[in-house]
Order: sequence, then C-alpha cells, then structure tokens
Amino acid sequence: MTGVELQSLPDRMEIAVRVNGRTVRRVVEPRLLLGDFLRQEAGVSGTHFGCEHGVCGACTVLVDGVAVRSCLMFAVQADGCDVRTVEGLEGDPVMQALQERFREYHALQCGYCTPGMLISAYELLLRGEARDERSVREGLSGNLCRCTGYSGIVKAVLAAARSGQAVAPPNGERGG
Amino acid sequence: MTVETPVRPAYRWIGQKVPRLEDRRLLHGKGRFLEDLEPVPRAWHAAIVRSPHAHARIRSIDVTRAAGMPGVLGVLTGEDVVRMADPFPLTVKIPIRYYPLAVDRVRFVGEPVAVVVAENRYVAEDAAHAVSVEYEPLTPVVDIEAAMAADAPLLHGELGSNIANSRRFDYGDYDAARRRAHRVVRGRFRFPKVSSTPIETYQVLAAYDSQQDEYTVWSNFHGPFTLHPVMAKALRVPLNRLRLLTPPDIGGSYGIKAGVYTYIVLMALAARKFGVPVRWSEDRLEHLMASSSGTDSLIEAEAAVDADGRILGLYLRRMDNVGAYLRPPEPACLFRTHGNTTGPYDIANLRLETVAVMTNKAPTGLNRGYGGPQLCFALERLVDRVARELGLDPADVRRRNLIQPHEMPYRTVSGGLYDSGDYPAALERTLELVGYEQWRWRQRDLRDRGKYVGIGLGLAIEPSGSNMGYVTVAEPAGQRAGRLPKSGCTEPATVAIDPGGGITVRLTSLPQGQGHETAAAQIVAEELGCDPADVTVVTQMDTFTRPWTVSSGSYSSRFAPLTASAVLLAARGLKERLRRLAAHFLDVPAERLIFEDGVFVDKADPGRRISLRRVAGAVHWNPTSLPPGEEPRLEETVFFSMDEAAPPDEADRVDSSVTYGFVSEAVVVEVDVETGAVRILDYVSVHDAGRVLNPLLANGQIYGGALHGLGAALLEELRYGPDGQLLTGTFVDYPCPTAAEAPDIRIEHLESPSPLTPLGAKGLGEGSTMAVPAAIANAVADALAPLGVEVDCLPLTPHRVWDLIHAAAGGDGPAGRPAAGDGGNERRGGDAW
Amino acid sequence: MKPAPFRFSRPEAAEEAVDVLRQHGWEAKVVAGGQSLVPLLNMRLTTPSVLVDINRVRDLDRITTTGGWLEFGALVRQRRLEDDPRVVAGCPLLAEAARWIGHPATRNRGTVVGSIVHADPAAELPLLLVTLGGELVARGPGGMRTIPAEELYLTMLTTSLAPDELAVAVRFPLMAPGTLYAFEEFAHRHGDFALVAVAVVLRPGADGRLAEARIGIGGAAEVPYRAREAEGALLASDAVDKAIDEAARLAAEQAQPPDDVHASREYRRHLVRVLTRRALYKALAGVSQDV
Repeated sequence: MTGVELQSLPDRMEIAVRVNGRTVRRVVEPRLLLGDFLRQEAGVSGTHFGCEHGVCGACTVLVDGVAVRSCLMFAVQADGCDVRTVEGLEGDPVMQALQERFREYHALQCGYCTPGMLISAYELLLRGEARDERSVREGLSGNLCRCTGYSGIVKAVLAAARSGQAVAPPNGERGG
Repeated sequence: MTVETPVRPAYRWIGQKVPRLEDRRLLHGKGRFLEDLEPVPRAWHAAIVRSPHAHARIRSIDVTRAAGMPGVLGVLTGEDVVRMADPFPLTVKIPIRYYPLAVDRVRFVGEPVAVVVAENRYVAEDAAHAVSVEYEPLTPVVDIEAAMAADAPLLHGELGSNIANSRRFDYGDYDAARRRAHRVVRGRFRFPKVSSTPIETYQVLAAYDSQQDEYTVWSNFHGPFTLHPVMAKALRVPLNRLRLLTPPDIGGSYGIKAGVYTYIVLMALAARKFGVPVRWSEDRLEHLMASSSGTDSLIEAEAAVDADGRILGLYLRRMDNVGAYLRPPEPACLFRTHGNTTGPYDIANLRLETVAVMTNKAPTGLNRGYGGPQLCFALERLVDRVARELGLDPADVRRRNLIQPHEMPYRTVSGGLYDSGDYPAALERTLELVGYEQWRWRQRDLRDRGKYVGIGLGLAIEPSGSNMGYVTVAEPAGQRAGRLPKSGCTEPATVAIDPGGGITVRLTSLPQGQGHETAAAQIVAEELGCDPADVTVVTQMDTFTRPWTVSSGSYSSRFAPLTASAVLLAARGLKERLRRLAAHFLDVPAERLIFEDGVFVDKADPGRRISLRRVAGAVHWNPTSLPPGEEPRLEETVFFSMDEAAPPDEADRVDSSVTYGFVSEAVVVEVDVETGAVRILDYVSVHDAGRVLNPLLANGQIYGGALHGLGAALLEELRYGPDGQLLTGTFVDYPCPTAAEAPDIRIEHLESPSPLTPLGAKGLGEGSTMAVPAAIANAVADALAPLGVEVDCLPLTPHRVWDLIHAAAGGDGPAGRPAAGDGGNERRGGDAW
Repeated sequence: MKPAPFRFSRPEAAEEAVDVLRQHGWEAKVVAGGQSLVPLLNMRLTTPSVLVDINRVRDLDRITTTGGWLEFGALVRQRRLEDDPRVVAGCPLLAEAARWIGHPATRNRGTVVGSIVHADPAAELPLLLVTLGGELVARGPGGMRTIPAEELYLTMLTTSLAPDELAVAVRFPLMAPGTLYAFEEFAHRHGDFALVAVAVVLRPGADGRLAEARIGIGGAAEVPYRAREAEGALLASDAVDKAIDEAARLAAEQAQPPDDVHASREYRRHLVRVLTRRALYKALAGVSQDV
C-alpha cells in the first residue's frame, strides 16, 4: 500500500450534476457548497441559504429524490446525482397541490423560506407522513419560518394531503 | 380555527380574502430577492473582520498577508473610514462618534473592524481570517444597572456616563394620586433582548461613481427614510448623490432590516475605495451578533390604586439597553408608545421616566412592536399584581379601568388620541371565547389533582402609523424649540393607467412579506372596477426615480392607515379625472355618470357609455380631443399625511401614532412543575384594527406577530456572558420556535372603523407581539400562584420556570416529590414488577 | 460563512479510505452524512486539509442481522431507523428514539455511525449504543477491531477511534422478546439536542422480578453513561414505586452534568431524576410494545 500524498488529491474537480433535468458540468473547488453551486453555477436561484449551519431548512432540496440541506453538502458530493428544486417540480401533481393550498391558506409571506418549506412538505406528503396536525408540525420542524407562525403552512399541507390522496401512492411509497 | 366576523356589504374587493398576487412568483422559486439579481455586472464580494472582544482598544491592524492573497482586491479599515466619512448624526445631541467600522476602539462582540474585498465570498473569508488585529482588552459592562452605576466602565469617555438619554415626564399629578391611593402596587420587570431574525439576512450591493461623487446602493433596507439623511451625512454627500434601490422581494424584516443602513454606508465606502461594485451577504452568525435587535428593558412600575382596583396613577421608569452606540433612530424605542403609555386604561395621572443606557452589547433598533412588548409586559403584569394584592379577579380589575366606548375618541394624558374602539366588548368577547369562567372552575379542580393550569390576559393598544415628531420628545421642549419641528406621517402612492387601460400602482411602502401588492390591488380594483389580479403593483424603491418622502418605508404598521389611504385617494383622483373626460366625450354632465365594471354609463340614458380603457386610450393617443385646460395625464400621485401627527406640545404631549387598534388576548397554559415546561392549551386573540382590508393577510400578520411574541415569552433571548461574549450566536443556541412549538390561535376581529382614515383601516401586525408575552407571563404566574411564584422576567424557559418554583419554595420546590398524574404517561407501578 | 479550502478524496473501498487516513491522520476528516461535520467546516471551527468522503464505498450501505446483532454499515442513514422492519422488530427502542434525532432532512443524510462517532453527549444514538451495550466496528491499517460502547467515548466529542481508523459499522444487540423499554428526552424545541435524555430497557424474569435493567443517561456528563447504581436499586427491590424513586435519585446522583448556556448543572441533574422516573414508568406501561 502506498501513501496518498496531499498534492495528489484534487483541489479542483470536474463534476456533472443533473439539476432540474439539465446536466450542469463545472470545475469546482471541493469546498463549494451545493447550495452555492445551484445558485451560482447552475443559475437556479429559487432556493436560498438562511443559516448555513443546517438549522433553518431554507436551503432544502431533493438529491436523488431525498430532501437534504444544501448547506450541509458539497457540490462534489452531488457529482452524478439528480438534484431537484421547486423550479424543477413544475407540473408535478403533488407539488402543484401544495402550491395551490399554500396560496389558499396564506402559507407564505416573504417567500424566502418557501422553496425549502415546499420541498420538505413534498417529501412529507410522498412518504405519507402528513397524517395529522402533530405529524405535520413535527415533520416540518426542521424548516424555520419567521413570517407565518406556521398556521397557514400546517393547514395547507394537511389540505394538500387530503386532496392529494388520488395522486400520492398509498402508504407513502414513491412511484416511478 | 379562525372565527370570522360577518363581512360588510358594499365592497366587492376590500375586506375579502383575496389570495395574494405575490404568491404567483414566490411559490415557484421566481422571487426576486437581491441575492437572486445582478443589477450591476462583475461585483466583488466582501467579508467583514469582526471584533472578538466586547470592549477593547485596537492597537494595530495588519492587513499585509490578507491583501496579498490571490483573488483579494484589498482591505478597508478604520483609517479609510475616517478619511472618507463622518460619524453618523445621532437622534439626540451627545458627544459620541459612531462609524460603521470601529476606528480605535471596539465596543461589542461582532463590531466591524475591517472589510475584505475579494473575487468571491469564499476567498474573502479566507483573507478575513488572515487579517491580524491586536487588541488591548478593556473592562466590559453588559447589564443595565451595572452600566448606570457611578463607577461603571465608560463606553464613550467624552459623554462622562453610559446614559445616552434620560427624561422625566409628568402628566396630571402622580404624587397626589399616590397620596390618596388605597394601596401602591409595585413591580420590577425585565424584558429580554430579542430579534425577529428574518430568514433572509442583510444584503447590500454598493457602487460608486467617482466622476459625480455619487453612490448607488441596492439593499434590502425598507426604511424609514429618515435614515437616508443619516447615511448621506456620514458619506458626506447630498441626498441626491446617494441613490438607494431595493429589489422587488425582501425576505422578512419585522423592523430588523432598518438596521442594514450602517452596512450600506460601509459597503459604499468599500466600493469607493476600490473603485468596484461590492456585494455583501451577511451570514447568520453575523446577523445574530451584529445586525440589530430590540432593546432589553428594565421597567420599574407602580400603580396607585383605590380599594376597587381603579388605577388612580401610574409610574413607570423605563430603562432600555441600546447597546454600544445610540444608533439612530434610537432612543426611539422608549418613545414609540409615548401617546399610549397608559394602555387601554383610563388613567389620569402618569409619571414616566425614560433612560437609554449604553452597554457592550450589539446596538438595537426597530423590532416588531418597537417598545410595545416591553411596555405591555410591565403594564399587564402590574395589573395582574393589583388583582392579586387586592384579592380581585384580573378580568374585573381590567373591566374597572378600561376606557369606555362612549369616551371615544379618547385623549390620553400623554397626548395620544385613541380614534375608535370598544375595549370592554373586545375583552368580554375574549373571555367568552376562551371560556374564562369555565377555566377558573377547571383550574381549581385540576389543582386538587396536582396539575397547574393558569389563565392569563394580555391587553394592548396597538399603535399604527407613527408620527415623525414622536422621537423629538427625547429632548426637552426647551431644546426642541430651537430646531425645525418634526411632524407628519406622509406616505405617497401613485396609480397610473397606460395606453391600453392597464393599471399600475407604485408604492414606497417597501413590504417584506406583508402582502402590500395584494391589498393595494384590492383597493384600486374596488375604485377602478377591475380585477385585482390585473393590477400591477410595483414595490421596488429607487430614491432617484420614485416619489418618496423622508417618512416613506415600512415600519409602525403604517400600510393600512397611510399607504392604503394614499392608494385609495390616488385611484379616486384618477377616477374623477376619467369621469370628467368621459363626460366630455359622451357630452353629458359628469354627475350623471355612474361607474360600473370599468365603464362610465349615463344614468339617464344607459346606452351612452364609454369604457375606462377607451378614455385612457384617448388621453394617451389623442390628447387634442381633451377639453381645454385638461392635462393629458393618467397618473395620480397622492402624498397622504394626517394633521393628528403634530409635533409634541410644550408639555411633551404627543399623539405618537395616527391610529390606535386594540388587542385582547387570553392564553391558557399548563405548567409541568417538575420540569418547568409551559404548554399552551388555548390561545384566543381578539383584534380591533378598524376595517380589515383582507382577512387572509390580517390573520397572517396576527399569527406571525404572535409567534414572535411567543418566542420572546418562552424561548428566545440574545444572551451575553458577563464578559460581553454572545452566548447565543447560532440558530442552535438562539431558539426560534418551529412548527412543533407554535400553537394554533383562535382569532376574531371586531371592527370599529377609524374615523380618521378614509377606509377606516388601522395597522395590525404588532399587537399580538406586544400582548402575548404579557398574557403568557400572567398565565404562568396564575398557574403557579399556589406555589407563591411571581413572574417578572422573560423568556419563561423551562429552566427559568423551574428556578422560579425552586426559589419560591425556598430551595425545595414541589419538584422533589412526584406529582400525581405526572405527564399523563405515568402509572403507579403497584408493588410487583 | 464558508469552509476553508481542503483537498477531497472519495475512495470506493474502505481500505482506500484507511490508506488516506493513514497518510494524513489528524489532518483528515471522514465525511459520510456530514450533518455534524459540515456546520463545523462552514464556521471554520475545524479546518482539515483533507476530506475523505466515503459515500462511494457502497458496501457500507447495509443493514444486517447476524449472531444476535443488528449491524449498520457506515453509510446507513438515520432515516432508515424509523421504518426498516429489521430495526422495528429487532431493536424497537432505536425506532422509537429515531424521531427525536434532528429533523427529517438531517436524518435523510446523517448516518447512524456518523452520529455515534461524533460523540455528542446529548445525542440520541450514542446514548442508545451505551444503554443497549453495542459496539463499533473499526477498520485501521492493521485490520478490523471492535470497540465496545463503554470503551468508545472518552470525553465530549472524543472517541477512542484512532486517527487512521475508519468506523465501518455499528452493532446493537437484538432486544429479547418481552423486553420493556422507553425513551424520554427533554429539549427546548423539537429536534434540538437534548438537555437530558434517558433510555431504559427492562427484561422481566420468570419469577416476577426483573432479570435485567439498563438505564442510560445522555446530556448529563461528558459522555453518555449507564446509571449502574440505579439499575442495581431496581433489581434489588420488589416495591416498584419505591424502587423507581430510588433509582431516579441514584441516577441523578451519579450525573456530572455540564453547566452551559442551555442549562445549569443543577437543572440537568434534576431532569435526570424526573426523566428517569418517567421513563421507567413509561417502560412498565408499555407492555403493548412487547416484541
């Protein structure tokens, strides 16, 4: 076994990330946060950082179908992955149901945390975990919103869960 | 569940639950926040070197290594700032020098010391870590009373003390009231330093044109534009050489982002020094340590009461901790509520003392409720103490002191003019909704079973639309006399019709999520007969191209009383012009025209009709068809102000706000006396904000405002150690409530339209932030009354509640013995496994 | 708030990762889920020169049941604790406690092993490892070794793992049928680290007495610990209420809680007593959760 010299490890890497269906190929520093990559390199600016230490949830995106915080992941770790943000879920019936209910129940005010909140709510619906008010409140407790007091959000997600029974497969298994 | 008031007839759009226009973009990731935009190309990025000390002299700054790093343009330090800028002018004349960057001394942890400009934020931070600063630590002081002590370490030697401002106001005769009182009830209350912490942090992008000595700055600053002259003065330019712009979307503020202005100046100076546009995105750690917050307050209070609990006189001594500098608009926090110091109560005699104290904490500024939560906490706790000391029910004491509806409009002793309201009705409705009497019964029953349930009331006057003159009471009448008086509350709005008949509204109300676009569109749609969804509302600010005033901006819940009025009057003015033109084109007297669904129709001959669109087309395309003397203009700008917003009088009376709403809240809590955890069982909130423009938006404001109040009541505090180190510098340590902690709220509206505003509307959005900390504290004190616990400080974290119980029990609380029915999940085990 | 520069290694086999660690030792950090590490990197509280990302070591992404153990490879995300049938059936206490760990999005990415080796004394998984008596499987230049839970934690955020060792898996003993258990946690907000957390596992014997009692305490010392004296008190007595009160008292007595911004030593000690008692009663009441 030979040692691995520091200089032999890359300080820049070429990566290819599929962002909302489009492959974005860039040479990046390993330290570039996924959220910065999405905003600055991929030009997908809907999702924002709110704390950069993994508490507020504003930067939540889907990586290979799973909701994660894009401030706690490096772009190089998403090399070869499929990343989706709210912009990449246009026309998705579950996301559309959420967007409609969010508007109806006034579940957003400034809208800055909303893209991350929608992604968390989306996953909650797909997993069938928006069972009741308690489960929605706990399921969304990783996303801070300072405007709404969460009341509209919780009602909107519950309403979307009710209306979405036709579109979300039963027992939370993801289709396709 | 939300209980809706029956809606009035007559309006088609106003007062309806119109879903927001803003949501169309925000729900799809298409918001336009400053970080999402590149208004100028090739901006460089700043990172700020900040003080790790609460109080220290700067011995030296070595930027050599940082400036030499690849990708780094350079470093701005205090030397540059002193060369290019003046200290900020202050609200009151005191000899302290406040720059956006420390010059020779740092006075709080996080105070900017140097600015690194580099090709991106990553490199800028690398270089910021390479700047080496040598400090000579000085003794810090963080506590209000310690800072007021004669031998306290001084923050600003020139001033000779740490007291930035102090005043005493006497209205009526407090001493006489005290002499004839049956009893004097006292309290000493502490309100924590809290911040509403918007999820979008401060954002600034500054550019400098050396040819014209002109600064252009994009930021998420939302006013008040009284701070524009403060910035321009610091930058040594006239106001028309400091162009301030904002993006269409701002990610929340609740007042906090008014404080971004010092960074506007700082980045403007960096842009000037390096000759490039400079962008700065504050990070969360910077935000928590050095953006802005409300003041922490110590309030000594006395109520002189008769045997029935009638308050004959009130004494308040308000001490506000404004942090390391008296940053404008401070000490305004002490005076924002000046006209409503006596709350919803009929109190004829008031003595008020105010003290603004500087300590080695971060400077303060606007934060939701601005002074109201502190005042309300003291006043409402005091009222409960009156009840407890006299053996009366807290609801009864309030009933006996409330201003009666027949007294409206009511002039308070300190000069406020309460424009409308039925406070007793709102209180009774609150008690009915929460089931006050039933809870009193259940409470006794539950106590017998070892459960501690409490019911707390919190009433608040919710002032809206601040009078520019209120801050001037910070100086005595004699000193004010020599200066230009300040008054008014002017807010402009423009409504324009384009050649195709399309309607555009331009606001300078700078919303950060409140839904101004929707509400303005509703008002215009109501007046001009269209659908709100078809109205375009522009909220971006540009001080070079938009009509604005020194009072423009978003603060003091001024949209409903002021902006909405300006929008209404502008739309109405435009409609009158259109009516005149329609009359001309149809050749009928204008009085004969009615306006329906965008069409002017002759009452006498309904066949004679002309659409608004057609009239608009004629004005734009064929102005020679207009009658003589009629200007070809389809744009109306109204600057709305109110005469009630007069300067303070000789006796320091000032109507500090143009409208006053009322909030009545009841909270039921259960306290787990073993852990100190407070659980909210019910929360009822009754609001009277005059005419509600859109119940969806109104309730959104109430839910949001309530949660900020609840955070201050139960969880949040920017805590500092005795060494001045911030202990809550991350979102892990500064615990904003999540969805799991947020209670549902039962909201109800009563509507006593304001006689002063054309729509009868008043502001709303800060009332619950004021009322609920008091209501929760009252509820917890009520729950723990059998244990002898008094509550005089916040937040009521489980730890603090446990401490209170422990202290009341003389060190051995009920905690030592297991409560029956503990937590609901415990069963007694019997005598075998 | 951006991390300092580092070099990046993404091995595809565990041996390769160990190789990088052997070379760079303390200068290297392993990242899997990154939910604890990346905040520290972003704040520059740690500035490794090499980050070893093991997310491509696919054979670490496995849950297996062997020889009385439930084993989680180093890439198994915490989210799987909630609903993996092997966890629910074999180690239900883990499934029960899982919802207390952070939030869905952090559990989606954060790994079981990652939390175990991060060694936060208030975190749920280290507490469960100590309570249940699990062990960590580490691979170093000299091969594999196992580290029992009670030898793993040295002090706050510090384990006995050598800098050139990679934690490849963690094992929890399967819980015997009929085991009673409960998890109690006290935090300011849902998803926060616990001020104090207590896990209890009780195995009734055939004679109506307890055959085994385990009480684990988190957040009340520099490492999670078993409250042995309290366990002894439970086993020694037949009078349930008295025994529980005594056990709670002893558990609190043994606590050496930190005094910090979140809570005082006295308060934490008091919570140990309250939560221990509550957890014990909850476990006794939980016969319906019988495996």
